Amino acid sequence: MITEIEITPEVLSRHNITDEEYQRIVHVLGRQPNLTELGIFSVMWSEHCSYKSSKVHLKRLPTTGPRILQGPGENAGIIDIGGDYAIAFKIESHNHPSFIEPYQGAATGVGGILRDVFTMGARPIAAMNSLRFGPLDQVKNRGIMEGVVAGIAGYGNCFGVPTIGGEVVFEESYAGNPLVNAFALGIFKKDQIFYGKATGVGNPVIYVGSKTGRDGIHGATMASAEFDEESESKRPNVQVGDPFLEKLLLEACLEAMKTGAIVGIQDMGAAGLTCSTCEMGGRAGTGIEIDLQYVPQRESGMTPYEIMLSESQERMLLVAEKGREEEVFQVFRKWEIDAVTVGRVTADGLLRVKDHGVVVAEIPNAALTDEAPVYQRPLRKPAVVSDRPGPAKSASPRVACGPVLRKFLSSPNLASKEWVYQQYDHMVRTNTVQLPGGDAAVIRIKGTEKALAMSLDGNGRYCRRDPRRGAQIAVAECCRNLVCVGALPLAATNCLNFGNPQKPEIMWQFSEVIDGMDEACRMFETPVTGGNVSLYNETLGEGIYPTPVIGIVGLIEPVTHTTGCWFTGDGQVVALLGRLTEPDHEYQAALEHAFSETEPELSSPKDAYTLWANRLPCPPLDLHQERQVQRACLEGIQAGLIRAAHDCSDGGLAVALTEMSFSNFHAAGQGARIHLPAADFPAGVLFGEYQSRILVTLDEAHWVALQKIAAGHEVDLLRLGTTAGDRLTIQDGGSMLIDEPVAELESIWRHSLGQYFQH
Amino acid sequence: MKFGVLVFPGSNCEHDAYHMVSKVLHLPVEFIWHQSKDLKGCDAIIVPGGFSYGDYLRTGAIARFSPVMEAVRQFAAAGGFVMGICNGFQILLESGLLPGAMLRNKGLKYVCRHVHVRVESAETPFTGLAERGSVLHIPIGHMEGNYFADEATLRQLEENRQVVFRYCTTDGQITDAANPNGSLANIAGICNEQRNVLGMMPHPERASEAVLGCEDGLVVFQSMVGALELLTVKS
Repeated sequence: MITEIEITPEVLSRHNITDEEYQRIVHVLGRQPNLTELGIFSVMWSEHCSYKSSKVHLKRLPTTGPRILQGPGENAGIIDIGGDYAIAFKIESHNHPSFIEPYQGAATGVGGILRDVFTMGARPIAAMNSLRFGPLDQVKNRGIMEGVVAGIAGYGNCFGVPTIGGEVVFEESYAGNPLVNAFALGIFKKDQIFYGKATGVGNPVIYVGSKTGRDGIHGATMASAEFDEESESKRPNVQVGDPFLEKLLLEACLEAMKTGAIVGIQDMGAAGLTCSTCEMGGRAGTGIEIDLQYVPQRESGMTPYEIMLSESQERMLLVAEKGREEEVFQVFRKWEIDAVTVGRVTADGLLRVKDHGVVVAEIPNAALTDEAPVYQRPLRKPAVVSDRPGPAKSASPRVACGPVLRKFLSSPNLASKEWVYQQYDHMVRTNTVQLPGGDAAVIRIKGTEKALAMSLDGNGRYCRRDPRRGAQIAVAECCRNLVCVGALPLAATNCLNFGNPQKPEIMWQFSEVIDGMDEACRMFETPVTGGNVSLYNETLGEGIYPTPVIGIVGLIEPVTHTTGCWFTGDGQVVALLGRLTEPDHEYQAALEHAFSETEPELSSPKDAYTLWANRLPCPPLDLHQERQVQRACLEGIQAGLIRAAHDCSDGGLAVALTEMSFSNFHAAGQGARIHLPAADFPAGVLFGEYQSRILVTLDEAHWVALQKIAAGHEVDLLRLGTTAGDRLTIQDGGSMLIDEPVAELESIWRHSLGQYFQH
Repeated sequence: MKFGVLVFPGSNCEHDAYHMVSKVLHLPVEFIWHQSKDLKGCDAIIVPGGFSYGDYLRTGAIARFSPVMEAVRQFAAAGGFVMGICNGFQILLESGLLPGAMLRNKGLKYVCRHVHVRVESAETPFTGLAERGSVLHIPIGHMEGNYFADEATLRQLEENRQVVFRYCTTDGQITDAANPNGSLANIAGICNEQRNVLGMMPHPERASEAVLGCEDGLVVFQSMVGALELLTVKS
């Protein structure tokens, strides 16, 4: 054993280890740990690696189904998409590193999630991102966003994975704690799946990829603590990415897997060599012994502590069949990548780390993985969850809907995100059927008639008011987005971004979100195959909005069913599947109230939409009704009746109709004439964010057939008007609410976001 | 008739080019590893897009030293058809097979989107089936596509009609607004004096199948096949 450093309360506190946890370590080892061992425990028992606060709740989520080949617990979830093929996908957060160093934080987030996918043998074919920043009128938030977007682009573009979709949201809540959640999806044949298991006692443990440096030491514990004023000085904790090396690593790993000599493989992500060794051993019930003298190192004089905790990027650990090492080495030599045997699989269930033959750490794998602490943290419902609207006014406010529409379209939250996605290569691999900007991203699968659709959705704004219903809406909207492009939702992954779990109010939010997600995922038959929990998203004691982000993958078969959200020409019927509004008086009153309150901001340079939206409660949702609407829409698309479909969400019916008038191919806009039934408060009908509504267009000849489908699912189908000309007009009874040239609306919508970045 | 697709460490459009030839054109195609010293008897070479060697130095600056590029030089000198797309174009510039150089896009950002390009010359093996003046809707995806050449080179390019594609508006006007990257004279693609080597920044392989929403890029590949067939007949 190396020289003992006294384990003082200061040392424990630096490692985020509580006294209770320390006692547990002593009990497990039957002795005091040395510093290296303490470091290993601290990263494996960190929130980031152990899920110690969230585990008891995550268990409630549905994780099984006929298509699920691999649920939570592996590097990524795997589902069967029929024929010979399976897909692996997952979402993961890189919030903390991205705040400290936006470019590298985001870049390595992309790198990490790509490795999670190809470590299972799948070739990454799509990436998406869910991003949340503070308001763009603050220069600091613009800087963070610019860095994050450039980091994602820099990594994904070079690696050669198309970044085809996602979401970008702006709220004050994320100013001190941006959210960067990266999703990746890969494809493989069902008989080519690899797992992160160290099986076969005596098999060599091989280290491949980049050399180990001092970067990222304690990244996992950093990601498990709140921010304070000193956080920005933690920059050395953020790793630096090398997408070129990752691309070589991908090709080399996939080629090495074909030799048949690889038994198990796992990427070195958070907690690097520590996590990969003990998790691979833990899953197989084996032990792993490594000697650090063989680990390729970038700098000299690194201690065992540093080597074990380094989070240098682009590294993988694999276990090969004994005697077949040379077949593996040959492939890595071709790609000019380091590959060395650093140890072997043992039968004793221990993680034994040596340095030049001397044991420097020895810990049971199970103590670090399955038997890590689990907490049932206290929950408390906050005293006031939702701000009730003030007393109802005698008369509804008069709202000039045309100007409101223009103002709303200029909000960064509603405006086109092309400034972002044009920086991402979204077409490499020539599979992109639906360009970014639609309801969901779609890629075809070469050699088949299938296509995959995918979407990421979250709504911190709703979850803040009602975490449970907000989470239900996130799932519902995600599935709705998939249905709109013609896909049947199959399975989900989630990224749960919350504040400090030691606050009972935060844990209550978390628990409620899990319940809502559970209910919705069961209703839509989209089991959760894994994901990531990111806690301690707080700066100076202020937590972010509870922000569960859900990613769902759907199947389109045949690919020709793929449907866009853009009007396809004159003379089409425009109709609404679902109820125009909900008979929810509280929500209706809140809409009126929000418009009154927002009136001064509508004529100011402020982001009036976001201010308005934050004054609204979480909208009502009936999960059953939602499912019926989705089923009707999908059936209509599959029957070839529907030309275009678009989900009504942020900004309501008016914004959704406006978006349909545009196109992602930069074709000229297409107008429409819409007639709504007369209402007491038309602005509420136009902009209210009622759920379970899908706008569709169809040929007149198909109207009756679609009516039948809607009736069969007991869903309302309301005829709203016709596509025509180059203006969007919306009438309510006899009065004109909106009459705007599409070209002008499009110009506002298309350029508003980019204008923040014109230097 | 066999196509070869070069593979450098960091190429990432090699599979797209391969798919284009094998599944869209239904012709034989082979990958050629950067360390290969011969072109395996291929009749036409595609230098695909990507980030060869990570492009951490100047784009294409390291790839030009790969053993395979010597073979490509000899092949081109003998009149063989070589087409460089995106990073492939950058590599051909660095290799001296085409004149000029690439600068960073004027907006200093990576740009991925559909653009319009006008066919400036139909007298190349890559545009033989296109009509001069016709407008193609093809995507770009690059950080360094801002083509630059000195005055004498530009004059020579124009005089010899070596400019093959120019960024333009939907209706074929050559304007600054239609130029996505600041390229000199809106240049999107050029050929060598002998007209058998083409470099273009737009990705025709990304716009050659109906399922991808656009088939305007197909004419480039079909022209190549047509020209190769003609060669075969002649020989």
